[in-house]
Amino acid sequence: MRNVALILRRELASYFATPLAYVFILIFLVLANAFAFYVGGFFQLGQADLRPFFMFHPWLYLFLIPALTMKLWAEERKSGSIELLMTLPVKVWEAVLGKYLAAWIFTGIALALTFPIWLTVNYLGSPDNGVIIASYLGSLLLAGGFLAIGSCMSALTRNQVVAFILGVAACFVLLLAGYPLVLDVFRGWAPQMLIEAVASLSLLTHFQSITRGVLEARDILYFAMLIGFFLFTTTVAIDLRKAD
Amino acid sequence: MIKTEHLCKHYPAVTAVEDVTFEVSPGEVLGFLGPNGAGKTTTMRMLAGFVTPTSGRASIYGHDVETDPLAARQCLGYLPEGAPSYGEMRVQGFLDFIADVRRLEGPRKRERLNYVIERLQLASVLEQPIETLSKGFKRRVGLAQAIVHDPPVLVLDEPTDGLDPNQKHEVRTLIEEMAHEKITVISTHILEEVDAVCTRAIIIARGRIVADDTPLQLTTRSRYHNAVSLQLSRAEQLEAAREALAALPAVADVEVREREARLTALPRAGAMILQDISALAASQGLQLKELRLESGRLDDVFRTITA
Repeated sequence: MRNVALILRRELASYFATPLAYVFILIFLVLANAFAFYVGGFFQLGQADLRPFFMFHPWLYLFLIPALTMKLWAEERKSGSIELLMTLPVKVWEAVLGKYLAAWIFTGIALALTFPIWLTVNYLGSPDNGVIIASYLGSLLLAGGFLAIGSCMSALTRNQVVAFILGVAACFVLLLAGYPLVLDVFRGWAPQMLIEAVASLSLLTHFQSITRGVLEARDILYFAMLIGFFLFTTTVAIDLRKAD
Repeated sequence: MIKTEHLCKHYPAVTAVEDVTFEVSPGEVLGFLGPNGAGKTTTMRMLAGFVTPTSGRASIYGHDVETDPLAARQCLGYLPEGAPSYGEMRVQGFLDFIADVRRLEGPRKRERLNYVIERLQLASVLEQPIETLSKGFKRRVGLAQAIVHDPPVLVLDEPTDGLDPNQKHEVRTLIEEMAHEKITVISTHILEEVDAVCTRAIIIARGRIVADDTPLQLTTRSRYHNAVSLQLSRAEQLEAAREALAALPAVADVEVREREARLTALPRAGAMILQDISALAASQGLQLKELRLESGRLDDVFRTITA
């Protein structure tokens, strides 16, 4: 675990060594609030809750998270630093996990910086803070899921743009797995069981169930398995194709 | 001891390395020589456990690089080709990170960091992001990370590439100093470097080992080994001298460089021709500016074996 912590610290520091961190946080905050106020109708609804704020997070993450993860491995391959990292006495999974956790903590920082809207809603009314906390947790889990997918896509290529596009596409499919857009592909030929299995993978469904304030074990388990699966795949992809 | 047995690396379109077998013992400095694309870097990457061999195996002090990679890497200081690092990091932060991963702690860590910073003259750039450094500094940062944990095995891919002559000299001195107890493998295409630091040279061409010998022994394979080179003070004697030299039974061939009025007589295999030639020069009344016995040219050997 010591190596995980060392890699995590190095990665996190490198976010803040470049404009990336500041640009990401700024854009995230501006967009998250703009969507809540202008598209979500935060004031017009006249309700003291943050639903119009959280409902856009999946769509924000859909583009911002792959932008964050595209460099995770693709850049290491491109710059050759992967050769340095993979010849240090570090296990592949330690590097994968360290990088992933750094990205997740970074997203967590960006998410935490949205706290003024929480203060605002508490000042204006008396919202159900339990739901808000659950929603923050749901948003963090959703980001974690996207980050794991993005990490895997970045491990497959040395080209960051390809990693970004693959990341957006994979996140989009999993996000809407429970909706006709994805399910219609399977309808007509796949057995009902498979269709239901695909539908149950829908990130959006699980996210919405958490943001309603219901923290169910199966939703948490879903995210844990999703993250575990994609990090495992990342590890395999890196291990098999270190030098390519 | 490091050991490779029948290492092969095949890519779909090319064979990068074919049946490479060698052993290196402590105290040896092995120079890997070969034209670009000959398989030097691939071999070193397989030693470092970065590239998986198609077949064959490599081990470092008994630790197989594929089945026991962590133990193998702990003994190893590795400078990858092009000295990659994390460009956005500052030199101090980068070396700190490597030292931490290498399990250096407390006073020992400070001592080792101070040592590499001093030896590789990095003090002036410690607070600079690595990507803003010149090529020479980047290479030295790469070397610093390779030696910071004082590993028993050093594998350095082109350690002096991009350095100016003074820095090259510094790095060679450093390698020589560290070499006593260590196993050192360097790759280079600078032949003078092999003469300067290596106790042994392996020449690779098209993925195969074509020569494995001491640099001195390699030079004896040169057709210039024991050749005699003479420079005349009067250019008009050149033609006569050439004919006289070519007539000597032990002389295989004579090369002429007219502009310098220089002749080089190449001996037949095993023959010593210096005596004959100096006697000839006296009897023919040749006026010599210089008379020199050549020990052999590594670049000539290199070209002959790798062509």
